[in-house]
Amino acid sequence: MSHLLIQMAAEGETENPLIPPIPELVIGLIAFVIVFGFLAKKLLPNINKVLEERREAIEGGIEKAEAAQTEAQSVLEQYKAQLAEARHEAARLRQEAQEQGAALIAEMRAEGQRQREEIVAAGHSQIEADRKAAASALRQDVGSLATELAGKLVGESLEDHARQSRVIDRFLDDLEEKAEATR
Amino acid sequence: MSADPTQVLAFETDCHIFDGCGFPAPGLHSFLFEPIWGHQDDAVYFNKTMLLALLGSVIIIGFFWAAFRKPKVVPGKLQLVAEAGYDFIRRGVVYETIGKKEGEKYVPLVVSLFFFIWMMNLWSIVPIAQFPVTSIISYPLVLALIVYILWVSLTFKRHGFVGAFKNFTGYDKSLGAVLPLSMTIEFFSNLLVRPFTHAVRLFANMFAGHTLLLLFTIASWYLLNGIGIAYAGVSFIMVIVMTAFELFVQALQAYVFVLLTCSFIQGALAEHH
Repeated sequence: MSHLLIQMAAEGETENPLIPPIPELVIGLIAFVIVFGFLAKKLLPNINKVLEERREAIEGGIEKAEAAQTEAQSVLEQYKAQLAEARHEAARLRQEAQEQGAALIAEMRAEGQRQREEIVAAGHSQIEADRKAAASALRQDVGSLATELAGKLVGESLEDHARQSRVIDRFLDDLEEKAEATR
Repeated sequence: MSADPTQVLAFETDCHIFDGCGFPAPGLHSFLFEPIWGHQDDAVYFNKTMLLALLGSVIIIGFFWAAFRKPKVVPGKLQLVAEAGYDFIRRGVVYETIGKKEGEKYVPLVVSLFFFIWMMNLWSIVPIAQFPVTSIISYPLVLALIVYILWVSLTFKRHGFVGAFKNFTGYDKSLGAVLPLSMTIEFFSNLLVRPFTHAVRLFANMFAGHTLLLLFTIASWYLLNGIGIAYAGVSFIMVIVMTAFELFVQALQAYVFVLLTCSFIQGALAEHH
């Protein structure tokens, strides 16, 4: 190996490519330091700041969107609650109206019933009174007719009024009893 | 065989197949440039890779300056693209490996590392430049050294001298008799091999990628004679395929570099090791 190196060195034209030329080392260092200096001191901090701003902007946007969404959600819930309440209220009103109507109808029906009964009762008592009047009138007429008829048949006047009435009354009572018994 | 060591472009030669001219294969000389200013043997000189390195820095700063100078909460197209790249490294690499709380401090470093390395790699397929700056060991090495110094100092700061020593050597009592051997191996592996592989992984990938691209590019030109034209076509297709592949490798190696960086930092910050 060393022999080969010496030979190459003797030729003077080709060098070992692994032996670094010093001026190139210096230039390489300078070139890199320039790049590093510009990037590290100026340009990368610049872009880092902007990247951070962008991240914040994006996160801010997301936060805004989230806030809007929660607000929309709460509004929707509120609306739904109101709607449910309104529905409930309507149902309640309907129920109430139904109940009131039913009560009204029942009341009116009861009133009608009562009036009907009153009218019927009045009719009944009227009929009873008429019947009684008719009966007493009839009784008198029947008595006089029967007496007259009996007088004509017997030929004598059954003038004795008191007796006459008694007989008639007894006769009529008998009739009534018979009628009772046959009923 | 390989004619002028400072020859950069394949087209500078009239050498074609069947012209009694050998294939001007790419080699170590393809990675040496005649300084634009000064001389190669002087202590101070300026060459193409240095120009590309500084120009790359200017492009990165220009890009991020345009994107992040006055960033808006609602981003424009350029800011959106830059943000996607920034966020990929911040979330996908730093937060994933170190964690959000501890990792926040290292985000600028890791982001700078990723875009710096990616830009330096990208020079490989940028027309006219067409040279990956990271295929010169100095550039990966200086980046690996920055990470190494950060890692070692963080370990000492976090764990104290004894704790750092245990951390470096993977001290574990349960290993018993094997412990001295294990500690020796771990010590070399962590403190000496690790920064070396960290730098060489990136360097070797870009070195090999550039060599492959050169090989097919030179071959396309060299074969452009007689029956060789058919082969030149195949070679040119390979140039296009390899360019696409390099585009992938450039991003991947930048990603691997920063992922390892985060893994080292995480190891230094870890409470138990």
